[in-house]
Amino acid sequence: MFDLDRWQEIFQTISKNKLRTILSGFTIAFAILLFTLLFGIGNGLKHTFEKQFAGDSQNSVYINSGTTTKPYKGLQSGRQIQFRNEDAKFINEKFPDEIQFFSPNIQRSMQAIYKGEQNRYTVRGVYPDYQPLESAVIQDGRFLSYIDIKRRAKVIAIGRLVEEDLFGAKSAMGKNINLDGISYKVVGVFNDPGGDNDERYIYAPFTTIQGMYKPNDEVDYFGLTFNSKLSVDEALAFSNLLTKVLKEKHNIDPRDQAAIRVRNYAEGTKNVQQFMTVLNVIILFIGIGTLIAGIIGISNIMVYIVKERTKELGIRKALGATPSSIIGMILMESIFITALAGYTGLMLGVFALRALGDSLEKYFILNPSVETYVVVGATIVLIIAGTIAGYIPAKRAASIKPIVALNDE
Amino acid sequence: MIKIEKLHKSYPIGKDSLHVLKGLDLHIKEGEFVAIMGSSGSGKSTLLNIVGLLDAHDSGNYYLNGQLIENLDERKAAILRNKFLGFVFQSFNLINYKNALENVALPLYYSGMGRKERNEIAMQYLEKVGLADWATHLPSELSGGQKQRVAIARALVTKPKVVLADEPTGALDSSTSHSVMELLKEINREGMTVFVITHEEDIAEETDRIVRLKDGVIISDEKTLKKSKV
Repeated sequence: MFDLDRWQEIFQTISKNKLRTILSGFTIAFAILLFTLLFGIGNGLKHTFEKQFAGDSQNSVYINSGTTTKPYKGLQSGRQIQFRNEDAKFINEKFPDEIQFFSPNIQRSMQAIYKGEQNRYTVRGVYPDYQPLESAVIQDGRFLSYIDIKRRAKVIAIGRLVEEDLFGAKSAMGKNINLDGISYKVVGVFNDPGGDNDERYIYAPFTTIQGMYKPNDEVDYFGLTFNSKLSVDEALAFSNLLTKVLKEKHNIDPRDQAAIRVRNYAEGTKNVQQFMTVLNVIILFIGIGTLIAGIIGISNIMVYIVKERTKELGIRKALGATPSSIIGMILMESIFITALAGYTGLMLGVFALRALGDSLEKYFILNPSVETYVVVGATIVLIIAGTIAGYIPAKRAASIKPIVALNDE
Repeated sequence: MIKIEKLHKSYPIGKDSLHVLKGLDLHIKEGEFVAIMGSSGSGKSTLLNIVGLLDAHDSGNYYLNGQLIENLDERKAAILRNKFLGFVFQSFNLINYKNALENVALPLYYSGMGRKERNEIAMQYLEKVGLADWATHLPSELSGGQKQRVAIARALVTKPKVVLADEPTGALDSSTSHSVMELLKEINREGMTVFVITHEEDIAEETDRIVRLKDGVIISDEKTLKKSKV
């Protein structure tokens, strides 16, 4: 009963002093709104980055061969290096612990025809291990199997967009596609988080493609993923060693950069991780900065409010208000306004971010949003700051002799 | 009701201190209507602030309603003020965003009374000062005399032992001053101890007893002749 009375007294003070209430409420709401927006936009940048680098498995390594640029051990420069099946065996046997998935690869551009529709696609002859390497996700049927490899079957798994191009809305499953004059049966359709390009590939069994298009046992390149237990530095050491032994095997000068090129995604991952860390620090910095600005704002206003009310507080004390009732009144008022305004700012910010949505995607801001606990935490911080900022002047005002307060004009 | 013995009070001014009250002795009995007179600087406001527990004294004894006032913290002082004292100020000191009724009811809020009850009692006192029709008006909508009547109603609402009035007519013209003094007299006739501070001779003449202060000491203490008229 007494508490209800106290709240009625506070509501009256709030509603009868609108300017004061709006002033302090606005500061809080604005600080939280800015905080939410900045944090949300920062997160949007982060999302864009995550998406850009989510295309392929983060632990993939690709090994390509080229032409030597340095003479070595009596061999001339300008020699073409050609990978063969025995290289695949060599790599696999040399690094059984480091390698998780491994596939040699032959890549050709082919004309694909299905009934009236036709288009050019990149066809890759691969092993079943290639699927996790590309992070391809099967949506219909299956990927290639070891039985396909063994039988040199004329089957293919096609990208989602290949199916869309050639079959329209119909399913490609079980249909035969003509690739450069040879018919292949579609056993699976996949999609790929890497985007459109990755969804326009056609995968066929490695042995089928090699037998048909390569003399002997030539291989275009190797793809592998390293054991995810390796740290970034261990992974880089692994790919360096891999390069070194391959160069030795093919009699290439260790300093020759062009003959064998090993592309380790761990390097990129390392850069991206560092960039993300910097971005996180920047976002955190902006967030803390906004909060501090808000805290200073609310502190100033609380000091001003208490100063402005000095005489009123003097009157209340003369009429029998105890110091604790004065402090309690100011604090409850301040907490109430801060909480309400903070919630308003939070809601405005969240709605604004939702309204923005993906409309800023061309500025690299994707799905700007904030985690609820972050903004709620920020609001609580501001409430606590407002309480402390209110408590100090309130305590001072409550301890002023009523006669001094009464003479305050 | 109020008993003061050898009361001293000084205020620090820079490094020096100003000795304002120099050993006052004063005894005011229940139901008296006393005026403290003196020019500015005589210490009369300081005396009222000490009597009203708005300020602390340095040395001497002060008994309010038989209770020795010493080592009061703000909380105890606030409770005693609420219980025993009612204030009427020269500048009214109404809270400007509260209407007349709410201003009068405020001391009852601090004594912990429920909303309905305190509004009823506040209304009775507004009727008593003739402002029942103005209950919902804000102080800014009231004349000076009306504001002082609201302040008097507020001083009376807790049924205090003593009403302390500091220059209650200082901001009012002479006819309004007169009606405010009539109101104070009426209250006194009902048995309330009233303690008025003024520097106006004709206002002091309307009380029963005039105590004159000069430079922190009492120079005269006499009954007025009016008492016989009542």
